[in-house]
Amino acid sequence: MLREITIGQYYPAASVIHRLDPRVKLLGTILYIVSLFLFENFFGFVAALVFFAGVVLLSRVPFGFILRGLRPVLILLMFTVLFNFFLTDGTVLVKWWIFRITKEGLYRGGFMGCRLILLILGSSMMTFTTTPNQLTDGMESLLKPLRLLRVPVHDLAMMMSIALRFIPILLEETDKIMKAQQARGADFESGGVLTRAKAMLPIFIPLIISAFRRAIDLAQAMEARCYRGDAGRTKMKPLRYHGRDAAAYAYLAAYLLFIILLRRWL
Amino acid sequence: MEIVAVNELVHEFPGRDESGDVVETVKALQGVTLQIQKGQFAAILGHNGSGKSTLAKHINALLFPTGGEVLVCGYNTKQEEKLWDIRKSAGMVFQNPDNQIVATVVEEDVGFGPENLGVPTEEIWARVKDALQKVGMYAYRKHSPNKLSGGQKQRVAIAGVMAMKPECIILDEPTAMLDPKGRAEVIGTLRKLNQTEGITVLLITHDMNEVVFADQIFVMNKGRLAMQGTPRQIFEQVEELKKLRLHVPLETELAYALRSQGFAMPKAVLSRKEFVDAFCRLYEKQGAREKSPKEKKASVSYPETKTASPLLKLCDVSYTYSAETAYEMHALTHVSLSINEGAFVGLIGHTGSGKSTMIQLLNGLEKPTSGTVFYQDKDIHAEGFSKKWLRGQVGLVFQYPEYQLFESTVLRDVCFGPKNLGLTEEEAKERAAEALEMVQIGPELWERSPFELSGGQKRRVAIAGVLAMKPKVLILDEPTAGLDPAGHDEILSRIWEIHRRSGMTVLLVSHSMEDVAQYADYLIALNHGSVALSGTPGEVFTHVEELENIGLAAPGVTYLLSDLLAAGVLVDTGAFTVKEAKEALIKALS
Repeated sequence: MLREITIGQYYPAASVIHRLDPRVKLLGTILYIVSLFLFENFFGFVAALVFFAGVVLLSRVPFGFILRGLRPVLILLMFTVLFNFFLTDGTVLVKWWIFRITKEGLYRGGFMGCRLILLILGSSMMTFTTTPNQLTDGMESLLKPLRLLRVPVHDLAMMMSIALRFIPILLEETDKIMKAQQARGADFESGGVLTRAKAMLPIFIPLIISAFRRAIDLAQAMEARCYRGDAGRTKMKPLRYHGRDAAAYAYLAAYLLFIILLRRWL
Repeated sequence: MEIVAVNELVHEFPGRDESGDVVETVKALQGVTLQIQKGQFAAILGHNGSGKSTLAKHINALLFPTGGEVLVCGYNTKQEEKLWDIRKSAGMVFQNPDNQIVATVVEEDVGFGPENLGVPTEEIWARVKDALQKVGMYAYRKHSPNKLSGGQKQRVAIAGVMAMKPECIILDEPTAMLDPKGRAEVIGTLRKLNQTEGITVLLITHDMNEVVFADQIFVMNKGRLAMQGTPRQIFEQVEELKKLRLHVPLETELAYALRSQGFAMPKAVLSRKEFVDAFCRLYEKQGAREKSPKEKKASVSYPETKTASPLLKLCDVSYTYSAETAYEMHALTHVSLSINEGAFVGLIGHTGSGKSTMIQLLNGLEKPTSGTVFYQDKDIHAEGFSKKWLRGQVGLVFQYPEYQLFESTVLRDVCFGPKNLGLTEEEAKERAAEALEMVQIGPELWERSPFELSGGQKRRVAIAGVLAMKPKVLILDEPTAGLDPAGHDEILSRIWEIHRRSGMTVLLVSHSMEDVAQYADYLIALNHGSVALSGTPGEVFTHVEELENIGLAAPGVTYLLSDLLAAGVLVDTGAFTVKEAKEALIKALS
């Protein structure tokens, strides 16, 4: 089940989008998401779709793979669309029992659906083309100004990258502990909500203990390798802008300009 | 030049009771004095809890002395301003490979140390490349550490230390969690770094075979230095080492056994060649050499496997992970085998050969992709067959089972299994008490928290948790992993006792050929998801070449005896355990 979820995964490919500086991609994603909420009609979505399609073509990530990212949110998507279909007042088109579909409902449902699909697909492009490490580096770099407000930006970024490293390990460990408790006759599948929640204790407790043990070990290993926070630290892979990043910023600027024009005249 | 000098080192910490009050002062180290010279390969031996890890952490300045002092490359660890110089000069590698890798890509992890030291970017790259090449992991620089084997992960950790350009590497039981192949990789890497790079190595371990080539050995006991000397000087003292809960290498053990029978073997024999040479001299002196030595093999007769009915049976079983995806992996392919009632079966195979999948199929935790699993001639995946009942019948103890403990007291934890089977509180307690006695956990520990116990005790409590379900079959996945030699022997002899007394069927998954040779009456060797060899230990261990081809080996004894035979000693090579070998050697001499 977990393997089917493509959202948040990294898709390795040798494309210009993959090579872009993560800061460009982060700012681009933010701009794209904001733009989706600024549009008031379908023309905007056409613009967003063109922008998105350009990125997809350059990224060399197969379109089918990208679409699979919608699978886990399909139910949410359907609810949003159907709620809008049925619960919007206006000119009634079809009426059956307590359900009625209005013209405005159809429009709003379609509108919300498009916005949600573009939102999910667009933001998943970020993770498809950026490794978690680059993502963390990009965030650390972009959030640097917050240091003036005494936000521990470096420490937060370090925590995030450690979390990313240990997620697969802890997932595997959860599976192991679950099986071990099942081998001792534990049953996680039957019973009411309360019984099932209680049945999770023999998994949670060992998992938390193990996570703490790992945290202590790792902290010690980091200290042994002279980690002392941000002070005096250099980077093996410092972020540096290249020509392609300038081109990407130009592309983003063009998109921004287009949105402004669109809002002005349409 | 001394690279590490420890003078009268004392380490104390307050021992607290459950409510956090200080009740005693724990003396982890009580006056340790030792020196390590530059370029040496030194080793610290000691059973778990002897203070050897505490000592190591002092040398890396992760801990600070209560009394005495520690000097590393001339810096006193008490000088706070020299802290980073000390940690840089004496880098440290830890036991658990997963818990010391920081980054999600190999090369970035190796670069972590230099980054912290403020090394310029270009030089970090050069150092990372150099360090990875030295440990033979350069080809894996872009890999995720999660996809590497244990031995590879430890080599990455060593590279991470090497990239800091240390004078000395301290390794705290780096091989305890690895399989034989991984162990050999790590030790080989360390020897190479010591010999070609002149790096001083301080290896902490309880595996004697890893230290026979060391320049100097320190043996720790109860926070004190109990012995110190060259491997030869240390291994001469077989009796004393045994008192310190340690083993000696196989060759030393056999030489010692012969000496104590009055034969003139040298005191410390460290290698197979040495043993063969010494034994041949003795053999000639005894005048026992025959004029025409006849080939004589495997004459020790094994009792026929009891013709009992098969309790568990796999019929043409295959298991595929993530079928029909890019991650598809065939863990088992068309395996048929049966495990007889009352047998003690050893399941061997290198990491990834399908052992863990197989044991999970046997108690229904996993369902075969094709084929059938039978318990007492019933299909366990048939409609109406109770999985819960089966899990009570086929008890499965996973690797590192102490990681599943979760209850507030030992007794309650052991009751978890029986209660899941539907027994009442009283019955469960009765079963738990019985199981705890079987693994020799006394009633004084029953109301303690399982997390307060020692590593070996925790392991036994976890095994009791499965025994309390009164299974007919007990499956154990490497029950001795990570334990010290004494803990290892305790666990296996308990299991053997339980098997002998109650006739419980046992399936022991193990990397140690010595262990399965000693206890099992039937062996199954897996390779790439199919049964490569099976039969009595006598049958399986005659196929030395096949075993080596599938990443396994015969017991050390077998190699030693066949070398002797090749050297012209008329000896029965059908022995697999130290005890049998001893008898065979004495017989050859008389």
